[in-house]
Amino acid sequence: MRRRVLPGFGLSLGFAVTYLGLIVLLPLAALAWKASDVGFAGILKLLASPRTLAALKLSFGGALLAAGINVVVGLMVTWALVRYRFPGRRILDALIDLPFALPTAVAGIALTAIYAPNGWFGRWLVPLGIQVAYTPLGVLLAMVFVGFPFVVRTLQPVLQSLEQDVEDAAESLGATGLQTFLRVVLPTLVPTLLTGFALALARAVGEYGSVIFIAGNIPLRSEIAPLLIVQRLDEFDYATAAALGVVMLAFSLVLLVLVSALQRWTRRWAEQSA
Amino acid sequence: MTLALKRLSRHFPDIAALDDVSLDIAPGEFVALVGPSGSGKTTLLRILAGLDYPDEGSVTQNGQDFLAASARERNVGLVFQHYALFRHLTVRENVAFGLRVRPRRRRPSRDQIRARVDELLKRVQLAELGNRYPSQLSGGQRQRVALARALAVEPDVLLLDEPFGALDAQVRTALRRWLRELHEELELTTVFVTHDQEEALELADRIVVMNKGRIEQVGRPHEVYQDPATPFVCEFIGRTNRIALERRGDTWGAGGWSLPAGAAGGLFRSAVGYVRPEHLSLLVPEGQPAWEAKLRHVYLAGSIAHLDIYVADIDQTLEVDVASEDLARLALTPGVALRVAPTRLVAFPLGDGPAGVPVVGERWIMRRQNTEQS
Repeated sequence: MRRRVLPGFGLSLGFAVTYLGLIVLLPLAALAWKASDVGFAGILKLLASPRTLAALKLSFGGALLAAGINVVVGLMVTWALVRYRFPGRRILDALIDLPFALPTAVAGIALTAIYAPNGWFGRWLVPLGIQVAYTPLGVLLAMVFVGFPFVVRTLQPVLQSLEQDVEDAAESLGATGLQTFLRVVLPTLVPTLLTGFALALARAVGEYGSVIFIAGNIPLRSEIAPLLIVQRLDEFDYATAAALGVVMLAFSLVLLVLVSALQRWTRRWAEQSA
Repeated sequence: MTLALKRLSRHFPDIAALDDVSLDIAPGEFVALVGPSGSGKTTLLRILAGLDYPDEGSVTQNGQDFLAASARERNVGLVFQHYALFRHLTVRENVAFGLRVRPRRRRPSRDQIRARVDELLKRVQLAELGNRYPSQLSGGQRQRVALARALAVEPDVLLLDEPFGALDAQVRTALRRWLRELHEELELTTVFVTHDQEEALELADRIVVMNKGRIEQVGRPHEVYQDPATPFVCEFIGRTNRIALERRGDTWGAGGWSLPAGAAGGLFRSAVGYVRPEHLSLLVPEGQPAWEAKLRHVYLAGSIAHLDIYVADIDQTLEVDVASEDLARLALTPGVALRVAPTRLVAFPLGDGPAGVPVVGERWIMRRQNTEQS
């Protein structure tokens, strides 16, 4: 191994492994241990229940969709923030972080108050046939809300560091604005967009507080998987709760590994430097 | 393909980047825009590239309005100081970019593009590295990729913005020669920006010296070097000694040295003279006007030696260049006493104002006929 100026590889690695073990792995191992009470067959039986299936579908489907929406909208918002100077830019920039800071229950209640059929916004939407509160659409809205800052904050520094020269070069080589964006700017942003996507996805899958207020929690329709877990806990059925947790954990892991593989592939140009 | 730039001005909030600049660029010409930072040379290049527009003035190409075309319609090849390569594309994809983005009916076939890229990579001596990414190349290689990419679209004009600025000295020299050869081979009109006057002298057919948004002088390298038009050009191009001259009856002088009688024209009371280091004779015979000087240091720089000599009369240290082989012949060792006089001097009269501003358009060149000493 190459000698570094600053020593401490052994110390930092040792600390990292111990810390991660205590904070992350130990609780997860306990979860798996508890889930083993119902066993593999129990998990399969759980998965066969339409209510569980519907909840998992809503949680993961909603989270994927919300992360996708956040990537598209986040790119546009970040673009405006980074590329243009306009009055109120700094205020807008500060607003981005609010979903981070707000207790999620507060966000959920606020969203519900606004989008409920008698809320400020909901009362105009309902006559149009758009019902947000107490539907899967409401779940999606809450998931978009909590995931949004992740995309903007991961993208912002990367977009700021893009060289203007590269775009000038593309234009001078005859590329249109759209071609420059699609062929030059976007490909260099994709790895970062995937990071933002993964973070927003992870947050939306695990989100509980803000979603349950607006979701209405109608079984088979607007009930999310974390809520099922809480319900099992309320019934002191710890084993089933843990089993559900393990199922969610497995799905999340698969999704994050996929995103990470995709990201590696889109960053192949930066992998081996000279 | 003559490019005619007429009375271009470009103002930024706090400075005038270009101030009434006119210039003709002939087909196939290799022109260097040289000047310190902030002199407007890059702004001029960006206007030619279509990335910036002048506030006033016009650019025409064979009588047609060049500024009406957008950057992508202008058919210029652009090379940047920091390469500006597309880092997510391989070398081949970078070079092919300009051909691939063409509208379908003007786009060459895949095979044609492949053949063109092969040819260009061979020309820039990177045939083996086509499948690498820019991050895997050295600076000199990256700049050659950038050049191949610019040449792929068969531009009418090649524009280079400090192309060697980010490279180390050896690579820079090699790449300069190579660029010059390439230019002679392709006969492509080339405009390049540099702050390095040596690079400009070595490469260009014609040099445009810029300062504070204005053109100070346009000329062939030896003209700009030998007959600088303004004090700024004297000081910016090459090395020089600046000597304050005073009026002595009908001639000029400084310290123990003066010009031959009758040299002074006009009514000016003071002037400033510039003498190149190679235009100082060190062993002036007694009886001829000269400065008494003392040799302080000898800096050997290969074939040439740079000398520092101190002239007590005018309390100034002058730089002198002599051939290294003359050092021993002339017995030039530190401490030795010398009689020194300019063999060639460019002088500019100063106005009467307190600031001593040079009078625009006035310039004298003095040349001594009996050149060599010893």
